[in-house]
Amino acid sequence: MRIGYIAANTFREAVRDRVLYNLIVFAFLMIGASLVLGQITIGVERELLVNLGLAAIAFFGVLIAIFIGIGLVSKEIDKRTVYTVLTRPVQRWQFILGKYFGLVGTLAVNTFFMGCGLFLALLYMTHKFERADIYVLIAIFFVFLQMVIVTSFTMLFSSFSTPIESAVMAFCFFVIGSFSTDLHSLSASAKGIVKVFATIAAYVVPNISALNVSTAVAHGEAVAGATVALNLGYALLYSGAMVAAAALIFQRRNMK
Amino acid sequence: MNAIATFALEKFYLTGFWRKHPKQALKPLTLEVPEGEIFGYLGPNGAGKTTTLRLLMGLVKPTAGSSKILNGTIEDPAIRAQIGFLPEQPYFYDYLTAVELLTYYAQLSGVPAGERQRRVASTLDRVGLAKDAVHTQLRKFSKGMLQRVGIAQAILHQPKLVFLDEPMSGLDPIGRREVRDLIASLKDEGKTVFFSTHILSDAEALCDRVAIVANGELRGVGAVAEMTSSLGGNMEVVWEGEGANEAIKALGRELRVAGAITRSVVPESMLNQVLDILRAKNARIISVTPVRATLEDYFLQKLAQTSGGAD
Repeated sequence: MRIGYIAANTFREAVRDRVLYNLIVFAFLMIGASLVLGQITIGVERELLVNLGLAAIAFFGVLIAIFIGIGLVSKEIDKRTVYTVLTRPVQRWQFILGKYFGLVGTLAVNTFFMGCGLFLALLYMTHKFERADIYVLIAIFFVFLQMVIVTSFTMLFSSFSTPIESAVMAFCFFVIGSFSTDLHSLSASAKGIVKVFATIAAYVVPNISALNVSTAVAHGEAVAGATVALNLGYALLYSGAMVAAAALIFQRRNMK
Repeated sequence: MNAIATFALEKFYLTGFWRKHPKQALKPLTLEVPEGEIFGYLGPNGAGKTTTLRLLMGLVKPTAGSSKILNGTIEDPAIRAQIGFLPEQPYFYDYLTAVELLTYYAQLSGVPAGERQRRVASTLDRVGLAKDAVHTQLRKFSKGMLQRVGIAQAILHQPKLVFLDEPMSGLDPIGRREVRDLIASLKDEGKTVFFSTHILSDAEALCDRVAIVANGELRGVGAVAEMTSSLGGNMEVVWEGEGANEAIKALGRELRVAGAITRSVVPESMLNQVLDILRAKNARIISVTPVRATLEDYFLQKLAQTSGGAD
């Protein structure tokens, strides 16, 4: 129950933050711009709109996850708001879980509205919904899973470092994770110490690239049910491990 | 039963870029505070008061030693449900209103849902927060108003034991008086109050017992009356007639002369000698009044002992 209260307060904090609305407005502008770009191209209007629209949702969603995520724990410690929470019957792991679910809830609502924006743009362009649009919906769900993962490792970094350090580490993790397929290829082909490092990195950094199906769905390609299940399971396991690590660090941490 | 007991509680912080230099913030502290007492924890800035409170609250881990709160440990959520804590210079979620903040804390403290609204309203009323301010976001609050919110969140869930770190900070004289009355009323309700302060008059007016800490070290603990009486008494003598002044001065006492009236503060042991001189010089003795030593006198004496005073 206390996790729910902390999550609700985190959600309230996020929705009262102007940065969130600025980013959402930019995301809608991007979707609008892709609609205009689609109209001046011939034959690939839908493909362009889906590609750019999904990229806008992912880019701004990840920005929100990182910018709000870096302050989730460290800001509470810096401003000492955590004092009046942790001296109540709240366990430290409950605090971490509550903060995490609060931000994930915020991102879910954002993704929902940005997804609605993309589908409205699609409807405006094609005047109807097609079967292939279901796969766009799945791609949006995968983008949300990316945010779930990004929030988890951002929160882990936030549990032991300053907001700026957390932001740099989280951004690096996200970028490397976006090329994780290449990292796996490198670990398969490399030898010696490079192979060791590439293998470790390939499994430690999140496999963000597996969650990016934008190009495929933009071309109207189907996404298999097994892929959905695997990606969902992977996102839950990876983010669960990150949040557990954050809770372990926070449990031992001295509040300054 | 003791509400608080510490056993050689000690804290070192590692300082420097590589965190290789240990700095002792609190020397081994052994202290007992019985239930139902108002206990003052006094010391100059940087004495180790806030470190002690953070250790007791479980916000930082001790380097050595341990503490018991209400006969349990602070790690136990059931114990934490029975304590209230006001941090020094509290900062709260400034996007919330006072009512929203207290409702949130009531939820976390396990106040039953049906009781929360009434409890929040009555607590805000008790700390004297203006009714038109309770629905304003905290970012628009003054320091004094935030302090009142801080006190409200510490007592909201009717804890058995309340820790207040500098509760009078940021309050005007009326506010300080109100908070003093509130702390006294908590004692009347059977609660234990542990508060840290460097304002000695507050401690003297409120506390059953006080502890004095300086440079991270406990310098004295006891009832205020015991502490002040341990310093020995002085007497203020007032007389009329200048004939005795030179003889009194010769005893090494300072005189304050206002017209024909002279005053001097002399140690109790010297009183008879002074009175004999005054009689011999035909001075008219107007009054002889005991001068009570204050907590401040005791405090300054303790700070002057060892380590060269406050840090």
